[in-house]
Amino acid sequence: MADKIIYAMYDDDDVLKDGAKKLVAKGIKVAEVFSPFPIHGIDPIIGVKNTRLGIMAFIYGLTGLMLATLGMRFFMITDWPMNIGGKPNESYLDNMLAFVPVTFEFTVLCAAHGMALTYFLRNKTLPGLPASNPDPRTTDDKFVMELRLSQNSQFTETELHDLLKSTGIVELDQRDVK
Amino acid sequence: MEFKITKKANLLTMFLIVFGIVFTGIGVIVETTFHHHGEHLGQRISGNLLIDSFFFFAIGLGALFFLALQYATETGWYASVKRIIEAVAGFLPVGVGLLIVALLTITIQQGAHIYVWMDPQTVAHDELIQGKSAYLNIPFFWIRTLVYLGTYLLFWRGFKTRSLLEDQVGGTDIHFKNYKKAALFLVFFAVFSSTSSWDWIMSIDVHWFSTLFGWYVFAGMWCSTMIVLVTLTLYLKKKGYLPNVNESHIHDLGKWTFATSFLWSYLWFSQFMLIWYANIPEETTYHLTRIKDFKFLYFGMFIINFAFPMLLLMSRDAKRHAGVLTFVGMVVLFGHWVDVYIMVMAGSMGGSAYIGFMEIGLMLLVLGIFIKVVLTNLSKAPLTVKNHPFLDESIHHEI
Repeated sequence: MADKIIYAMYDDDDVLKDGAKKLVAKGIKVAEVFSPFPIHGIDPIIGVKNTRLGIMAFIYGLTGLMLATLGMRFFMITDWPMNIGGKPNESYLDNMLAFVPVTFEFTVLCAAHGMALTYFLRNKTLPGLPASNPDPRTTDDKFVMELRLSQNSQFTETELHDLLKSTGIVELDQRDVK
Repeated sequence: MEFKITKKANLLTMFLIVFGIVFTGIGVIVETTFHHHGEHLGQRISGNLLIDSFFFFAIGLGALFFLALQYATETGWYASVKRIIEAVAGFLPVGVGLLIVALLTITIQQGAHIYVWMDPQTVAHDELIQGKSAYLNIPFFWIRTLVYLGTYLLFWRGFKTRSLLEDQVGGTDIHFKNYKKAALFLVFFAVFSSTSSWDWIMSIDVHWFSTLFGWYVFAGMWCSTMIVLVTLTLYLKKKGYLPNVNESHIHDLGKWTFATSFLWSYLWFSQFMLIWYANIPEETTYHLTRIKDFKFLYFGMFIINFAFPMLLLMSRDAKRHAGVLTFVGMVVLFGHWVDVYIMVMAGSMGGSAYIGFMEIGLMLLVLGIFIKVVLTNLSKAPLTVKNHPFLDESIHHEI
């Protein structure tokens, strides 16, 4: 489906935030914002939902906890009962205290790596992948707001341009996508 | 906005204090009539005085530490709840008084079988205590105690005066002065929080020692403080007093509660696991007494103080929910009181200790005094600070 994307560039994050507030109040849907750093308070304005990364972190942590428990039980108790300093090695529970640090560390390891990988995958920012930001300057000192024509069908192209220009932009760019 | 103590709150504190006195009275009667003609009476009263005065004094001290931490790190978000921290820290003068009463009661009874190293007859037969007597003797103990308490009070007076002065004059001079004084306080506190817990608590189990004991006691105290702060903030917010406090402040206080419970659990477990692993007789005695006489309370207290905050306060929504925070807070606060109870009682009364009328009574009594003093402090100063350099940041706090 043919669509047109409008990129509006700002040189100040506060101007962008105020602009976004005005546009959204008029019923315009802002598809995305590109910025060199997180803009505080932009999420609720353009309707980005709270991240669910925390839930994934919990699940990854739980996975680590279980893997560590199963692993330690197999390595240290079942496969080859380890006698360290005469500590009981009959059952996992007897020697549980000794495994707590390992279990804790493995939980943290799984949660941290899982979170980082999920974050990269979800944002499509794994090393080597092409950049998805429209302009390299958004990694330096410029801020870009993205509007899609298909999501704002109640406005014409020129109406959107005029509205954007009234919010203090420094550049306007438009691209056709298939 | 000025805080006024409600009639209901006044009634509650009166109720707590009266019930506390009545229960303590019943406890004394029970002890003298039914338990070996009261031969443990002095020990039990002194022990309970120590438990409750230390527990509530530590909450005040934790608030002073937390305030100094905010100053030294030049934090912004806390400015809206600063007066609440100061009100809790304002319990210090009373807490110090109570603690001195408790320690004096013990000293005049030659240790009251709590600090056995104060009893010359015991020391004469105990080589281990003789070896420690250069440090553990009554004059040096009192010098140290007075130095700790004096230092805390001195810093507290300075912070309080400057905070009220800032409301009137503004500028950044006071801020930078607070910054320097707070850094200095933290240096003293780093040493004193360890050594004071050795003196007041660890010397009960006089043959035993642990280098991380100070951090363990300190973490428990910090956690209790955070619970009191978050509950008090929620109470005042509900009464409509704190227009500048939003969900993010509550969330941050909730995070502190969560984090400090973990700190405490981490230290408790570190101490326990290392002693279990090394299995050296002179170290294991500490946990053996606790497992023998207080198995249910000791492990129950640990599981509650660790698992409750972990499971119930992990999610973001729970840390913003007043009901969940208050419920978890109250349970864990009681858990930390039980922690202090075992710290004192296991090494002194051992198997003959139990939570009866006297324990509950003195706890309610000191709790009543604590609430009364903190609410009075709140009503004495405006609840919202003026001219704090980070006040604007705090008002717009959003996480």
